[in-house]
Amino acid sequence: MDTTPLANGRNLLEVRGLTKVFGTLKACDQVDLTIAKGEIHALLGENGAGKSTLVKMLFGSLEPNAGEIHWNGQPVMITSPGVAKKLGIGMVFQHFSLFEALTAAENIALSLADDTPISTIAAKARALSYSYGLPLDPDSLVGDLSVGERQRIEIIRCLLQTPDLIILDEPTSVLTPQEADKLFETLERLRSEGKSILYISHRLDEVRRLCDSATIMRHGKVVGHCNPRLETPSSLARMMVGTEVKNAERTTASVRGEELLSICGMSRKPAGPFSMPLKNIWLSIAGGEVIGIAGVAGNGQGELFEAISGEALQESADAIRIRGKSAGRMGISARRLLGAAFVPEERLGHGAAPRMRLSDNLLLSRHTTDGKAFVSGLGVVKSGAIQKAAQRIIEVMDVRKSAPDPEAAALSGGNLQKFIIGRELDRNPAVMVVNQPTWGVDAGAAARIRQALIELARNGSAVLVISQDLDELFEISDSIAVMHNGELSKPIPIAEATLERIGLLMGGAEPGHPDHAKEVA
Amino acid sequence: MFEDILITIATAATPLLIASVGEVVVERSGVLNLGVEGMMVMGAVTGFGVALTTGSPWLGVLAAIIVGALFSLLFGFLTLTLVTNQVATGLALTLLGLGLSGMLGESFVGLPGIKMDYIHIPFLSELPFVGKLLFGQDPLFYVSLLLTAGVAYFLFRTRAGLTLRSIGDNHTSAHALGIKVIAIRYLAVMFGGACAGLAGAYLSLVYTPQWIENMTAGRGWIALALVVFASWRPWRVLAGAYLFGAVSIGQLHAQALGIGVPSQLLSSLPYLATIVVLVLISRNRRLTMVNTPASLGRPFVPDR
Repeated sequence: MDTTPLANGRNLLEVRGLTKVFGTLKACDQVDLTIAKGEIHALLGENGAGKSTLVKMLFGSLEPNAGEIHWNGQPVMITSPGVAKKLGIGMVFQHFSLFEALTAAENIALSLADDTPISTIAAKARALSYSYGLPLDPDSLVGDLSVGERQRIEIIRCLLQTPDLIILDEPTSVLTPQEADKLFETLERLRSEGKSILYISHRLDEVRRLCDSATIMRHGKVVGHCNPRLETPSSLARMMVGTEVKNAERTTASVRGEELLSICGMSRKPAGPFSMPLKNIWLSIAGGEVIGIAGVAGNGQGELFEAISGEALQESADAIRIRGKSAGRMGISARRLLGAAFVPEERLGHGAAPRMRLSDNLLLSRHTTDGKAFVSGLGVVKSGAIQKAAQRIIEVMDVRKSAPDPEAAALSGGNLQKFIIGRELDRNPAVMVVNQPTWGVDAGAAARIRQALIELARNGSAVLVISQDLDELFEISDSIAVMHNGELSKPIPIAEATLERIGLLMGGAEPGHPDHAKEVA
Repeated sequence: MFEDILITIATAATPLLIASVGEVVVERSGVLNLGVEGMMVMGAVTGFGVALTTGSPWLGVLAAIIVGALFSLLFGFLTLTLVTNQVATGLALTLLGLGLSGMLGESFVGLPGIKMDYIHIPFLSELPFVGKLLFGQDPLFYVSLLLTAGVAYFLFRTRAGLTLRSIGDNHTSAHALGIKVIAIRYLAVMFGGACAGLAGAYLSLVYTPQWIENMTAGRGWIALALVVFASWRPWRVLAGAYLFGAVSIGQLHAQALGIGVPSQLLSSLPYLATIVVLVLISRNRRLTMVNTPASLGRPFVPDR
């Protein structure tokens, strides 16, 4: 390949027939992978395609059941992360492997084998971070840092070990577009220094822009190799998913109905030492409207969702109004009775009780709102009616499952999310609030969920979607507001919103809410 | 008189301090061992028995440390290797320790014990007022102070201590970095057991040199509570242990003076005072959260 400078037969890493089995699931099945020196190699695939399992085996965190790994032409056994590091493999984890109660420097020190004093490490980390344009304060506590800053620690920690191969697992999923650009510059510089990079992503644009070659995985198997620069996003998507992926269709912007959900100057103190305060939030959503809230993770989106759903009460009853009624002092059930529905970010444990059946989960969330339908006057559960409702939701949302009424934990992430969203849609709520609707959901299910949210709004409901996925927000929203540092920007109508403008807001370019700041003052 | 009271306070505080500091290390590694009482009482009976048989209190202390560590190894094997519930296993360890020590110590009941000699340094120990307090106490008193300083230094100034704290904060991340989570937890648990054994030996060789069944009398539980209220910091544990010692001795004197307060209320004072003061020091929530081992009591099973 012309783009790999040292491609003359000198491969850094060769993987042959690598297989990992969890129970009956073949997470990786006979995977082959070749990475040349000085190239950025993309590993593409949907959630659950086996990408993370593969790299965990390369980094020694998982033990393969079969297959071999060759490093610089020599067969090697990578039995632990320590062995991987000694060979020269560094890893930046998707779910960061950082310690929140320790400082950045201490976090870095933990991954270095030698006994260098912390102060020396801090100085080295500071110097290295500035030379790569990733400024970092080594003495800050990780728990206080933003996700982007945490990722810098991971990258600096990895670079300090001077690896030859750097594995990055979904690095841009937590970054603003501008932060991602910065990361790409760093990666290109590393490539020019002769290092190889294995870049895992499902974002096709950045792979086409950055990577020299790509390996595509689906259902644990390698389904293709290609030069991403010669492909189109849709041809890559077809290889990843196996079928054509349709975007949700947004009908022309609907008529703005009456206001159904409004948040008026809501503030909230931080709930814990590492959580974000909410600062003077104003938002109004009318029937027929989908409003998206963008933002880098950890900027107060979770806190906002808790405040709207009633998991956290407001000081003033007027801070939140649902269908014109002051709901600020109401709990979750009371807010649901007003016609609101909520879908939290965490599916298992928050949105559904993992070890309970789908019908039980349905009853748990709707016994107040649909008390008469599901529970008899004597307090006895009407299981027939619940079963019927559960079946209806399963059919409408096309939930695929292995048993008639399985436990929630037995469903795949996408199917469970379809059920949870369907459970709320089934009530035909006037106000729907969803946090990260398609996080970790495969492309087909994501498209189904987005379509359902748009349809709900077109039928006159107000829909609020909090998401980290900008493509998703641009696809479904009528306007997009951005959360940064606990503040919410003014919603920008979709016609005026550009990726760049939203990205700047996500980075905190226009903090606050100038109009409302005046109102308060 | 005043100096004597201070010395009694130190004697009451030392066993709590030793056991608590050991448990700080255990809990900082993310393991909750509620078996301190059981390990302490095993240390007490072993220390007494070995000292009586050999005539040497130091051999008694050594044996108590070894038995404490071995007894905690049982806890370690159950909770770390077999991944049993830490709370239930810790409670079981206490029950086992109390029962086993009663059986082993049956023939020791009523025998006069061997008391560890106090330190005597010519001239220094005879200084007025501070001589006995600073230079004339039992050797284990000095050991307890060195232990506190050593553990504080280890936890917050050494790489090994940092590694231990990282496991307590997030064992999954530690494992991903290649840190040997289970092995380090074993060592921490055994260190805690050794300290609890030593604390027990203090009771039967210094505090009251004899063997009485259940002679720890709940001190293991107090030690556990001190660890939490002191936000897992060794010097705060020392402050808490001495406060507890001071109020216990103070209320005994108050009872002897016959002031008109019910004795039950006075007896509860040490507990109340310790709780109140330590709650006050740990009211800084941020500091408490940063010091609380986030993985405490959570079982760890590496997926391979």
